[in-house]
Amino acid sequence: MAMTVHVDIVSAEREIFSGQAEMVFAPAVLGEVGIAPGHAPFLTKLGPGEVRLKLDDGREHAFYISGGMLEVQPRVVTVLSDTAERAEDLDEAAVIRAKEAAERAMADHTGAIEYAKARAELAETVAQLQTIQRLRRRGGR
Amino acid sequence: MAAAKEIRTKIASVKNTQKITKAMEMVAASKMRRAQDRMSAARPYADKMRQVVAHMAHANSEYKHPFLIQREVKRIGVILVTSDRGLCGGLNGNLFRQALRQFQAWEKDGKELDLCIIGNKGIGFFSRIGGRVVGQVANLGDAPKLEQLIGTIKIMLDAYDDGKVDQVFLVYNQFVNRMTQRATFEQLLPLPPSEGDGLKHHWDYLYEPEAREVMDQLLSRYIESLVYQGVVENIACEQAARMVAMKAASDNAGKLIEELQLIYNKARQAAITQELSEIVSGAAAV
Repeated sequence: MAMTVHVDIVSAEREIFSGQAEMVFAPAVLGEVGIAPGHAPFLTKLGPGEVRLKLDDGREHAFYISGGMLEVQPRVVTVLSDTAERAEDLDEAAVIRAKEAAERAMADHTGAIEYAKARAELAETVAQLQTIQRLRRRGGR
Repeated sequence: MAAAKEIRTKIASVKNTQKITKAMEMVAASKMRRAQDRMSAARPYADKMRQVVAHMAHANSEYKHPFLIQREVKRIGVILVTSDRGLCGGLNGNLFRQALRQFQAWEKDGKELDLCIIGNKGIGFFSRIGGRVVGQVANLGDAPKLEQLIGTIKIMLDAYDDGKVDQVFLVYNQFVNRMTQRATFEQLLPLPPSEGDGLKHHWDYLYEPEAREVMDQLLSRYIESLVYQGVVENIACEQAARMVAMKAASDNAGKLIEELQLIYNKARQAAITQELSEIVSGAAAV
């Protein structure tokens, strides 16, 4: 039987593949890499492209990824795939969106937390819950 | 029979409410199961990430990433995860209470706070009571996507990089089981040093292109995965809490209906008795 290496392909939202393979090909940012069993520890960024696996029964499996990381240990290869297209400017745009939303909401109040007001509000919720419980007890008789 | 009619209408309306709360209970139960599945689906990535980051921390890298370095804390960043919708019992209230207690303790120590808020309930709460909110996102739905969170997380990572905050915490509800949800503070940055798992020998990865770049990406992905996990877990908590709250509401409605039914029966009987006595006394008079 040929030498194999354990391969895990995972994304933040789900597990994509887990099993044995003879050879792993991945689209590293500096060019495609092929990983055979027993490879030295290796850590690289992946670009968008295809991760191909040569399974021990000779079949090939391919997964498209939009980027991520590849970690190689002598017996384990891990592909940490991104869930979506990631680029510096796209991330920046997301930051700006989240910031603007907060700034709009912040426009009409101060930066300091008013603890008294917070306590009052929380006390109100607690009071409501207690009233309901009292009513229930009275109703239960 | 005017009173009896009123009671009948009341019973009908309570029955309708009960139908709604029962439906919500069942919807929450099935959504909770799906959220739990999503929680376990997200786990392999976070576990793998943790392993890689632990390996990396042990590896003898010449480059020490700022995310791993402890520094004096003057300003704290907090990413607060709340639900988008209400009707889930004391879930958000509990979280706010615990968070505020901690915030107040920090402020007493002279530390300042920056908040990033996920979820409508938190946004509403902090817009009423104040607080420096630097980023927010809401309406994630039942199946949140990592992309929706990137912006909010990156604000904190950038702030940490620029030295604006010296510590970042994630606050969310941890899913213990269906009945128990625990408000949890988790330190994201700097990464708490991992316990040694026997990897004492000296080795390092081959980095491509460069240790710095690779680590940058790896660590920010790691933080993102932790926050994503927190959000997914919070959704499972929300559904579980809603399920329990709606079950209680349905039970209450059931009790109320029973009582009303009793009152109604009494009223009806009183009316019949009265009618009978009227007829009998009428007949006697003739």
